[in-house]
Formats: sequence, C-alpha cells, structure tokens
Amino acid sequence: MTKRIVVDPITRIEGHLRIEVIVDENNVITDAFSSSTLFRGLETIIKGRDPRDAGFIAQRICGVCTYSHYKAGIMAVEDALGITPPLNAQMVRSLMNISLFLHDHVVHFYTLHGLDWCDITSALKADPRKAAKEAFKHTEYPINTGEDELKRVQKRVADFVKQGALGPFNNAYWGHKTYHFTPEQNLIVLSHYLKLLEVQREIAKMMAIFGAKQPHPQSLTVGGITAVMDILDPSRIGEWKAKFEMVSEFINYAYYPDVVMAAKMFNNEQSVLKGCNLKNFISHSEMQIGINEYLFSTGVVLDGDLSKVHAIDEELIKEEVTNSWYKYENTQEVALHPYSGQTNPYHTGFKDGQSLGPDGKMIDTKLLDLKGKYSWIKSPRYDDMPMEVGPLATIVVGLAAKNPYITPVATKFLKDSGLPIAALFSTLGRTAARCIESVVICKHGMKALDTLIENLKSDQTTCAPYVIDKNKVYQGRYIGNVPRGMLSHWVKIKDGVVENYQAVVPSTWNAGPRDHKGQKGPYEMSLIGTKIEDLTRPLEIIRTIHSFDPCIACSVHMMDTKGNALGEYKVEPNFAKI
Amino acid sequence: MRDNKKLFDKISKRLDLLAKLPVCKEDKKDIYEELSKKGIDRRDFVKWAGMMTTTLALPASFAPLTAKAAEVANRLPVIWLHMAECTGCSESLLRTEDPSIDSIIFDVINLEYHETIMAAAGYQAEQNLENAIKKHQGNYILMVEGGIPTIEYYLTIGAHGKTGAQACRDAAENAAAIFAIGTCSSFGGVQAAYPNPTAAEPLSKIITKPVINVPGCPPSEKNIVGNVLYFIMFGALPALDAFNRPKWAYGNRIHDLCERRGHFDAGEFVQHFGDENAQKGFCLYKVGCKGPYTFNNCSKLRFNSHTSWPIQAGHGCIGCSEPNFWDTMSPFEEPLGNKLYHTAFNGFGADKTADTAGMVILSATAIGIAAHALISGVAKNK
Repeated sequence: MTKRIVVDPITRIEGHLRIEVIVDENNVITDAFSSSTLFRGLETIIKGRDPRDAGFIAQRICGVCTYSHYKAGIMAVEDALGITPPLNAQMVRSLMNISLFLHDHVVHFYTLHGLDWCDITSALKADPRKAAKEAFKHTEYPINTGEDELKRVQKRVADFVKQGALGPFNNAYWGHKTYHFTPEQNLIVLSHYLKLLEVQREIAKMMAIFGAKQPHPQSLTVGGITAVMDILDPSRIGEWKAKFEMVSEFINYAYYPDVVMAAKMFNNEQSVLKGCNLKNFISHSEMQIGINEYLFSTGVVLDGDLSKVHAIDEELIKEEVTNSWYKYENTQEVALHPYSGQTNPYHTGFKDGQSLGPDGKMIDTKLLDLKGKYSWIKSPRYDDMPMEVGPLATIVVGLAAKNPYITPVATKFLKDSGLPIAALFSTLGRTAARCIESVVICKHGMKALDTLIENLKSDQTTCAPYVIDKNKVYQGRYIGNVPRGMLSHWVKIKDGVVENYQAVVPSTWNAGPRDHKGQKGPYEMSLIGTKIEDLTRPLEIIRTIHSFDPCIACSVHMMDTKGNALGEYKVEPNFAKI
Repeated sequence: MRDNKKLFDKISKRLDLLAKLPVCKEDKKDIYEELSKKGIDRRDFVKWAGMMTTTLALPASFAPLTAKAAEVANRLPVIWLHMAECTGCSESLLRTEDPSIDSIIFDVINLEYHETIMAAAGYQAEQNLENAIKKHQGNYILMVEGGIPTIEYYLTIGAHGKTGAQACRDAAENAAAIFAIGTCSSFGGVQAAYPNPTAAEPLSKIITKPVINVPGCPPSEKNIVGNVLYFIMFGALPALDAFNRPKWAYGNRIHDLCERRGHFDAGEFVQHFGDENAQKGFCLYKVGCKGPYTFNNCSKLRFNSHTSWPIQAGHGCIGCSEPNFWDTMSPFEEPLGNKLYHTAFNGFGADKTADTAGMVILSATAIGIAAHALISGVAKNK
C-alpha cells in the first residue's frame, strides 16, 4: 500500500518550497515531486526599464545570494553593450564574490543544514572534557571547543531547554534514528553553530567594505565599480584582508573538520550515501583571481563519467514548462532558449486528496496534480537532459577537467574522510562539495587582492566608458557560477530600454519538475530510493533537499515577450481575486 | 528639558508596568544574569544600550531605560512570516550588531516562528505557528516580510494550500503589534513595481489593524531591532510619518546628514562614475543620488555595524525606503530632476503618480533640488 507524504513548508531555505513523495510498504520513496508555491514575476518588471537598472532589480530576486543576481544583471548588460570593465573593477567584483561564496557556504552548513546533522538534545548529554579531546581527532587546531567553552555552550542551551520555550529549536526531529554523531560530536557542532552567528556577521562586513552593505550591496555600475575611495584606502583593504584570514581559519579549523567528521560518522547511513540517481553535471568558470585566471572550470560531465569533460554549447540551454504552471503560446517548440523564452502563468490548481498527517493518520489535504502541472519553477535542460548544478557540479567538473585548484583539495577530503570517489555522488557528497569549494577559495582567493594591489600601482581606472545607442538592438548574457551553481542572465535591449530579460538560475536547474519526456530533475531524482525511518518525521527528505541549499525565490520565473497586460494572462476562473 | 522629563517618567512607568507582566520563560528573571551566562558582560550590554538609545534619537540619559526595555523584552514572543520576498530582511536581521546582539534576538525575544531559522519543517512547523498564536494570544509581535500577492494561487503555504494573505490575517488577529519589515511588506516592494504581475499589496492593505512600516531594501539591522524596543518602551505605536514609518528612524532625509553634503552645497559633483571627482568623494547627485528625496537614517547609522553605506561606496541612494521607489525613483543613475516628465514608462513614473500629496511634495522637492544643484554648479564654475 503506497502512501503520499507532503512536506510544506520546507523551512531553513530561501523561498517557498513543497516536496511530495510516494512511499511503498517498506517506507522507500518510489516517486518524488518538487514544487514552488510562490510566483513573483521580476523579469517582467525589468522589461521596459533603463538597462542600467536591470542589475538592481535582478538583485532583488534573492537576498541570500544577494550579490549573484546584481553582478549577473550588470554583466549581462555589459556583454550586450560590448563593455570590458577595467581590471580594478574585475578584481573588486571578485573580492565581493569571495565574500559572498564564503558567507553563503558557512551559513548554509550551520544555520540552514547543520540541524539535519547535529542533534541538539543529544549534545546536552555530552561530556565536555571528552568532547574537547574529540575535537583534536579531526583537526590540529580546533576552534571554540575548549572544555570550558563547551561547558558554557552546553549550559546555555540546557537552560534554554529547561524553560520549555525552545523558540526556533522547537518541535524538530530531535532523537531521530538517522542522527549519527556521538553526544560529544553534537556538542562540537553546536558550539560551531553558535560561533557562526558571530562569524557570519563579520563575513557580511567583508562584502560591505567594497559593496556598501550586505544584503543587497550597491557599488556596481554598468562598466565598473563605484567603491573607488574604498579601494584607494589602504585601511579598507587591510580590513578586508584581516577578515578574510579570520574566516579562512573558521573554514579550515571548524567547518572542514566538522564535514570530515560527518563523512566518517554517517558512512553507514544509506539515506545520505544513496546515490544521486541523476549524475549529469554542468558548471561554469567563475571566481576570477587574475587576468583571465579563474578558480572554477567550465564543462559538462555526463552520467558521472569523470574521464570526459564536454564543452558547454550555450545554444543547448533551454527551458520547458510541460509540468510547470505556465503555457507557451504561438510556438510548436517544447523548450525555448532564454533569448526567446516566454512565461505565461497558467495555474491549474491543487487536487483534493489525502496524505499522511502529523499523527500518522491519513488526512484531507490539497495535493499536487501528479499528472499535470505542479510547480511555479520551469524545467531547464541542457541538450534535452536534466543537469545538476551547484558545488557538487563544480567539484565534479573540476576533477574531470583536472583543475589544479580543485583537484588537490577534493583528493585530500576523500583521503581525510576515507570515502571512495563514488561517494561524492550523494547527499553527503553534495554537502562536502560546498566545503571543498570554500577551502579552495580560502587557499587562493587572496590572489585577487594581490592582483588588485599590483594593478593599482599603475592604473586607477574603475569604470569603462560606454554609450547606449537608442537606434541599436543589443543582446547579451552573463553566464557563470554562483554559490548555488551555474547561473545565466539573458538580456535584449531595444530603443534604449530592456526589451527582454530572462534568468536561468541554479535552483531552477535543481528544483524544476519533470519534462515532457518524464525526465525528473535533481531534487526529485535524489529522493527516489530513500528509505524513511519515521513517516511522520521525514528528516531524510529535508536533509537531502537541504544539501542542495534551496533558494526558491530565484527560480520563480516570469517573462512575457509579448508585453501582455495582467488582465490578459490566462487564469483559472475558479480563483477569485481576494 | 521639561519635555524630556515627562517622556522619561512616561517610559519609566510603562516599563514598570511591563515588568509586572507574566513572564514567558519562568526562570529568566534578569537579563544581565542571562547575558552573562551567554558570555556577554555587563559593560558590553551597557555599551549596546547606549548605542540603541542614540539610535532611537533619545537623550543619553535614557540609556538605563533602553537597557530596562531590553530586559522586559524577554516577555515578548515574536512571529515572523515570509510572503513574496527575497529573505533579504531576515538576512539583515541576522547581521544585527554589537557583541552577540544576535544572541539577544535569538534568546531574549522569544522567536516562535521564523522559517529561515527554525528547525522544524512541514506539519511540525505549522503546529509551531498555531501553538504560538494560541499560547501568546494578544501578546506577541507579528513581523511580516514580503509583499502579499492578492491573486491567491501566487502564494500558498502548507499542505492545506493556505494563501499568504490568509496566513497574515490569521496571525494579525491576535497580535499585540504588527510590523511590516522591509519595503515589500510596507509598500508592496519590487514585485508590486509596474506592471505588478502578481497584484502584490502591502500588509496594511491586507489586514485591518494598524501596521508600523519599517521600509528599506533591506532595512538596516538597527531599524528592525530598534522598533521592537520602541514598542516595548511606549507600549504603543511610535510617532509615525505620513507613510506609517517611525519618525525616529525615518524623520530625516538621507541628504540631511550625508557625508558628501558639503560637496553638494559647494557645487562639487561626480559627473560620471569613475571620474576624478569620484576619487575625491564629491556629491553623487548628478549620477542619480536620491538622498534628497529619501527619508531614512542610513547616513547616520550606515549598515553592517557602521561598516559602510551606498553613498560611502560611491553609489547614489536609490531611495529604497520610499513608497513605489522602483517606479518613481528610476532610472537610478540619472538625477530625478531630469526625469520628471520622461520616464521609461511614458509617464508612469514620478509625474503620473504626482496626484498624491506625497508625490507632489517629492516632485516639488525634485525641482528645488535640481535647481539648487544647477545654481551651485554654476556658482562653482564661475
């Protein structure tokens, strides 16, 4: 007898996400459906505006990867207009990008994903002295795990628990059988979880030094950057450098050992080691540290075959809407390239039905229409194939391309954790890949600052001049990699204003619904075959979904090439206006 | 001085009253004790209280009251809802400043529901929300982030497909105070910009109770935290401006305290991003700064613990705490004075909305500022 399970809201992510799965009599997931239940339509809003404003609006796609879309929007317009920003601007953009990546990854591991690995209630039973010793097993220089520090952390949380008002820790899956850290290990991670709340604030300042603020920095302009006084101020550069070093320490001596420890302790946990099922990866060059020098590689790896890396043909990137709440009009094509994409919302509603309730009994719920449209996210495809993007793709493509920055760090991680290379293609591998990416940036990121300083000695230009000719038509794109994976923004400019705008974002690649051939995307594929220990507390589902670092507002699209007014959109008559 | 005395007495009385309220966390009697358990010493706390006092534009003698306000804050449960948004406001809250102030938020206000931070998911998360509304009936603060789509299927939350608007109404019904955090929930925000494809509305249009707007994209961490303290001290809405923004934070224009104001008055302008005037830190008006039309305290308090703010980083203000700024303040890198009758939407911008009182003032100000910039520029060239 199969059962339907609904998890909505998926919390500790950006945006609104619902997962529905079907489990068989052995509690094994046989089918999975990923749906976003929010629609915002920012791409439509960019249309008709000054191209110089595109980056500012695009930035508001997401306040978590807050710099990604800003930079992408500015660079897509630069590409269209044929502008190459001065090297100083390129390097400052990299410094901000480094801050973003490091911020995003540590906040993800601790604040958003950490509680899937670390059982707080178990940490309260730990012996702080043993825990302090344990920390040395995983790194030579542990951070925030001295015996007294751990005692204090334990007491602080114990007091909190005693009050019975658990606040944000309330009603989680504590005590779940798939938690595998010892009480001492849980205490170490908990201590880092709390420490990170301070550390992330400092990393945010790294972004603010050259970016004005974080979230939503404001120092990029088409052609270059505006933080000219800051880069000419040695104390600001020094401030950035000091913070970079502090963050690198946290990453090398807290984050990395915690992930290695997780890899060791969860190496018998099938729900995190069970393969991805979909082993196609796409990743793009990013993280510039010098003139034409980048830390990440470009390429496609198919079916987990690390012996080959295929070049990316941008013409083969397309999006389809067979199972998304949109409709393509006036075209025979199933999938459209972003330059000619369209987005006409076409919501077909939920179905009334039953799913497993919180107390284990079947209850009435609104269910996704599994045979029809069921998500506000489109389905991007490369050469008609679904692809996983994100740090795992960066690492896999990096290994296949024998990338000199990525290969040694990834190899060391496998050695330290004792995992075979095949284990990378899993929930655990995805979580580890994010850490590997961070370590690579810590090791080599400072080169971008050195390049900037060297260049400033002879060249202080920060912006390239340009003209937007109202009689010309322009077309351009940004394609690169952001913390959640490959991102592309595509823009057309006509009459001096934006005619068309489309963003194909990482979470769309990963979270999209199936396509017309029935091919599922990475979220859905990664869940199939997972055994759920307790159907009313599906920790395995949220752990795997969190390993992608979902960022859903990003992937909620809308573009309408025909300039329809709202009244002309196709809407179901039974949905009244509120 | 006499007014200050009155205010001081009023706040003291209010705090005494609050101190007598039932305590949510029974054994949490003294915030200093709690803080010291968390490794924050008394000195740091007093420093923080002093900083918050200045933030709230109160005289320094009020610092002990600010500290007291934080002390009684532990009795205030908070429910935070996400609507159509980018999570930037939550992220801003997480950056809240000074030693371990994040712990104060985390532990001292009783954060009952916040989707980005909470451990529970699915049904367990929904239960947390329902329980909090029931348990703290009439006593909790509701904070809402994001615009609210009024075409219902554009946002649903939970297995029962509850709409975002309904979630707001249900939580607002028993709330003691309601804050719209950020420009999206205050004024509709980016998704409500032309052509507003999801018919997004601000929170105040969705519910019938009074809403305090804390706009900004995102609002600074101080403006979020400061408002909570203001509520605790006065037990009522703070003095608000025409757009329901607290005057303590949004009473002055960015321009009034801008670090580049001297250059504006002297007629010294950056003409293009990247020119030599940019290196000298001249005024950004001519590359589009909207500081003269924008009410906020950024020029005083900055962002990320005073690290920087847009004008320091050489980019003009985009006016993000003003209603409809995406439409009325754009293009962001052109002076507003140049654009009054020539917007990208054939008059949808500042001129078309000029029939509202606020915008008339904005337009008049725009003309005035433009004239001033021109005159002072001419004076400089002589």
